[in-house]
Amino acid sequence: MNKKANMGERQMKTSVTKAVLAAALGAVLAPAGAFAAPAKADYPKEIGKGEGELNIVAWEGYAQDDWIKPFEQQSGCKVNRKYAGSSDEMVALMRSGGGGQYDLVSASGDATLRLIYGGDVQPIDVNLIPDYANFLDNLKSPPHNTVNGLHYGLSYEWGPNVLMWNADKITTPPDSWAAIYNDTHKGQITVPDNAIQIADAALYLMATKPELGIKDPYELTRAQLDAATKLLSDQRPLIKKYWALASDEIELFKNGDAIIGAAWPYQTNALRADNVNVMDTVPKEGATGWADSWMLASKSKHVMCAYQFMKYVSTHEVQAQQEIYFGETPANAKACDAMNALEAGSCSKYHLDAPASYFQQIHFWKTPLPDCGDGRKDCTSYGDWQKAWQKVKG
Amino acid sequence: MIGAGGRSNRLSALFWRQPMLALAGLALPPVLWLVLIYIAALAVLFVAAFWSVDDFTGEIVRTWTVRNFTELAASPTYRTIALRTIGMAALVTLTDAVLAFPVAYYMARVAGRRLRLVLITLVVLPLWSSYLARVYAWRLILAHDGALNWGLRALGLPAAEIGYTNWAMWIVFSYIWLPFMIMPVYAALERIPPSFFEASQDLGARGGRTLRRVVLPLAMPGLIAGSIFTFSLTLGDYITPVLVGGPGSDFIGNVVYSNVGVANNIPFAAAYATVPLVLMGLYLWLARRLGAFEVL
Repeated sequence: MNKKANMGERQMKTSVTKAVLAAALGAVLAPAGAFAAPAKADYPKEIGKGEGELNIVAWEGYAQDDWIKPFEQQSGCKVNRKYAGSSDEMVALMRSGGGGQYDLVSASGDATLRLIYGGDVQPIDVNLIPDYANFLDNLKSPPHNTVNGLHYGLSYEWGPNVLMWNADKITTPPDSWAAIYNDTHKGQITVPDNAIQIADAALYLMATKPELGIKDPYELTRAQLDAATKLLSDQRPLIKKYWALASDEIELFKNGDAIIGAAWPYQTNALRADNVNVMDTVPKEGATGWADSWMLASKSKHVMCAYQFMKYVSTHEVQAQQEIYFGETPANAKACDAMNALEAGSCSKYHLDAPASYFQQIHFWKTPLPDCGDGRKDCTSYGDWQKAWQKVKG
Repeated sequence: MIGAGGRSNRLSALFWRQPMLALAGLALPPVLWLVLIYIAALAVLFVAAFWSVDDFTGEIVRTWTVRNFTELAASPTYRTIALRTIGMAALVTLTDAVLAFPVAYYMARVAGRRLRLVLITLVVLPLWSSYLARVYAWRLILAHDGALNWGLRALGLPAAEIGYTNWAMWIVFSYIWLPFMIMPVYAALERIPPSFFEASQDLGARGGRTLRRVVLPLAMPGLIAGSIFTFSLTLGDYITPVLVGGPGSDFIGNVVYSNVGVANNIPFAAAYATVPLVLMGLYLWLARRLGAFEVL
């Protein structure tokens, strides 16, 4: 508060031209950099009658007619869909036009904290969502969508970042991420081109170098980040290509350029469907993973429709439909039967019936912040990660 | 003069008497457009390069600082990337010049009218298909089990592992921008009057000497004009490095892209984006001095 007042004063003292220029430039750049405090809770008492309309930002494939049409019929809320191509686009869309243009967003864990700390989304009353009780325990209040006990996001679907390999070329199944960090498969390894990949290295160091004291792969001090960067720099000569799109990795495996790498279950399924003999596993060190959450805009004009939508997509039927369509795992643990009904064996294929120990080894993506989350403020930020990743790639 | 003609006549009379006014009227719309759309955008870019981003809030801090530039200058990573980008742009330009010259010469001076038309069509034809489709096609050709290695194996030769390397980038860039070099060189060569060749021969110069002393100097503006295209197009590209490059293939454009999109550090991206801007400015100034704009 104080800081802001001071800045205003200073700005008045600057010359008029400068102020005009700054204002003009500010108007141009404000949408990208506008940050505020997390929004306060303002829960509705109950889910009332819909406003007739709902604007959502979603991943492509997250709002298919199969389950959107029935929702529109039963709720009377017409769903206007806007598909986003990346987490950054999602953040930008939610901030466009001063916020309030969209009501809901299916944000991934690398965007959720940005939206929360940007004040773009508001807390959700999970008591109004009956199926919340059926969610997997570690997706009820995960740190990527719950801040200070307030649920800014409602978990939806998730998946692990697995170790995938070509079983024709590698006959002994690897059980450790060491397979992509030592030179056994030099020149035939591929990992994602994404700064969040540093968390994968940190996770590996957590198990192999306990003396570094890494407790959370997303909360790294400078020294820990340097250690992870070192590991990745040493890995670079072993890499065939850093993949940017899922289709890149599929092609690398199909054409024999890569035989082992970090992947999503989606790639495994796509390659198997294409008769490439690939296998995947969550190695003994555990894995990182992504988890998407539905988040409600702070300035939403269709709160009732939004709650009706969140209630609807949390049901096991919709979660199963979504899972089959996209190749990921629902947050609703009761979705197993519905999944198997749609595609026999899909519940175990996507590990929803796995024991709790399986879920505990998956560390879901979250935006690295200087605030370590345990009182320390000396953690590295996403900006630091981005620069470190650039250094790794060269 | 001013009379029954009404307003339009009076206006044209005014412009006739005040030629500067007419010029101003003509030039104003494009100048406004240029200033608003182009110069203003560049100014914003340049100003933003001196701002910074607050690590904790992600907010843009609008106080003047040269931190972005010192960071760029101090970091070997960004220096390597800038040098790689510039080096690749220069290499691609050189390759295209060497490849384009004989093709353009044949089109301009040897081929008959019909063959010339066919050749021009063939040169321009790839531009009708999507840039992405062409890059992806190369990816399939150069892959481990791709067409190139398949052909090499059929000939009993060892496989070439150039997919996803800087070699692959060099090949793809040279292929994609080649038409942009051929056309201006062709235009320059076509303009050389046949009498120059006769004169050169009459004075006793043989083929090689005519080429060096007559054709090349006259083709130079065309080569430089083409090099502006190939150099600037390579310098600003960021898609080919993503698609066919390997580890260590990032260009300036990739760094800008990831800083704007992923890291939300627009000031840093703006600072880095001034590197190709300054470079292209210098290049264009040099090209103008060498007379490249006369054949465009």
